[in-house]
Amino acid sequence: MNSCPAVTIMLSDAWLIARKDLKLEIRSRVALNQVIPFALLVLVLFAFALDPDRGLLEKATPGLYWIAVLFSGLLAMQRSFAVEAADGVTDALRLSGLTPSGIYLGKTLSVAVQLLVLEVLLGVGVAVLYGTSITGWLLLLATIVVATAAISTAGTLFGVVAAGLRVRETLLPLLLLPVLAPVLIGSTRAFEAALSGTPSEGWPWVGLMSVFAAVYVVAGIFGFGPLMEES
Amino acid sequence: MEPDDPTFRSVTAPVVHLRGAVALLGRFPALAGVDLDVDRRRIVLLRGANGAGKTTLLRALAGLVPITSGEAIVLGVDLRVDRRAVRHRVGLLAHGTGLYDELTVADNVRFWTRAARADSADADAAMARLGLDGRLSDVAVGRLSTGQRRRTSLACLLARRPELWLLDEPHAGLDKEGRDIVDDLVRDAAAAGATIILSSHELDRSIELADEIVTLGGGVALDEFVSGGDDHAQ
Repeated sequence: MNSCPAVTIMLSDAWLIARKDLKLEIRSRVALNQVIPFALLVLVLFAFALDPDRGLLEKATPGLYWIAVLFSGLLAMQRSFAVEAADGVTDALRLSGLTPSGIYLGKTLSVAVQLLVLEVLLGVGVAVLYGTSITGWLLLLATIVVATAAISTAGTLFGVVAAGLRVRETLLPLLLLPVLAPVLIGSTRAFEAALSGTPSEGWPWVGLMSVFAAVYVVAGIFGFGPLMEES
Repeated sequence: MEPDDPTFRSVTAPVVHLRGAVALLGRFPALAGVDLDVDRRRIVLLRGANGAGKTTLLRALAGLVPITSGEAIVLGVDLRVDRRAVRHRVGLLAHGTGLYDELTVADNVRFWTRAARADSADADAAMARLGLDGRLSDVAVGRLSTGQRRRTSLACLLARRPELWLLDEPHAGLDKEGRDIVDDLVRDAAAAGATIILSSHELDRSIELADEIVTLGGGVALDEFVSGGDDHAQ
């Protein structure tokens, strides 16, 4: 059973990276001072734009919520790789002995935790600003967990692709947003089903996003190392 | 141990063996056919003008720059076959600090120590050795002076206990006390069995430290001088 120590090492590396990244975010307060205000600002602007038609705002709430999550999540993902690009840290990571798959999973976990916090705050924002009554809790929670996994697994993989390029700040959204279109559609449909009281229509979308996340986890575990070499 | 014993061969084989090693940066041959042999426990000074290839050679030995032709074996690993395999066994002190500005000195040293799967006690010992224990250990790296950052990078390297130390301008940015600490670290590491290759423009200090001096120019080793000093074996 040679694979067991390898898996243990990978998970141990992932935990080390995730803790380090989250500690960096807590210390730098970039998420608190920039990402969360930006996300709430997006919600407020949507409310201003659609406020004259309260019915349209209510109908569009699931889509607006997930667009706000995606835009704000992009900032968190860019930040996740910006900290590694500074002052020779990329080389130090390559020399560290950490497994690339562990680095990938750790960064994914860190981004996912940040996204979850963001989604909870945005959920409160939606309830307060848009007057949305929350129903279908189980489907909503499952959608949030699976969509977060899908966004963070794909985002981390595309983050390392863009990390080595000088135009990474502008390139990452261009690369990632089209890829995440199925997640945006799936999470929006699942939220619509939960909020309209027809959860059975939402679960297939949760299944689709689970497959999406699983595919990107596998791609990340095997592809992150070679991509990190090129970054 | 007999000469044909694999253990004997691994102990006596050179830590670094380069023959006609070529490394390209884009299309430019930063190393244009370097020949170099370095035995265990030796301290080798690389000297040469800016652009001579010192930094590229150190990065190539660390497995960060690919060798495109020639022979390149470091710590028994053929860099042309798998240059990643040698990385966790070398310590590179580069121009960049390799530190996270928002984390404290202790956070940084402990993170890189754990990443290397070394004992966390080694991190504390390394910080103490570099004079970074006490109040300084809780200061964010972004608030440190250049010299203190350099010391923190050295503490990270020391705690990892690498077999091959690759030091690019290790004295840069350090005061006299810091430079003395670097020299002591290098001597102690060699005495403990490590091999050290350093580049430095601090020639007075470095020549005194080195067992061998290799002059680089135009991406090749122009000449090699071997001092008559001891081999640090205790």
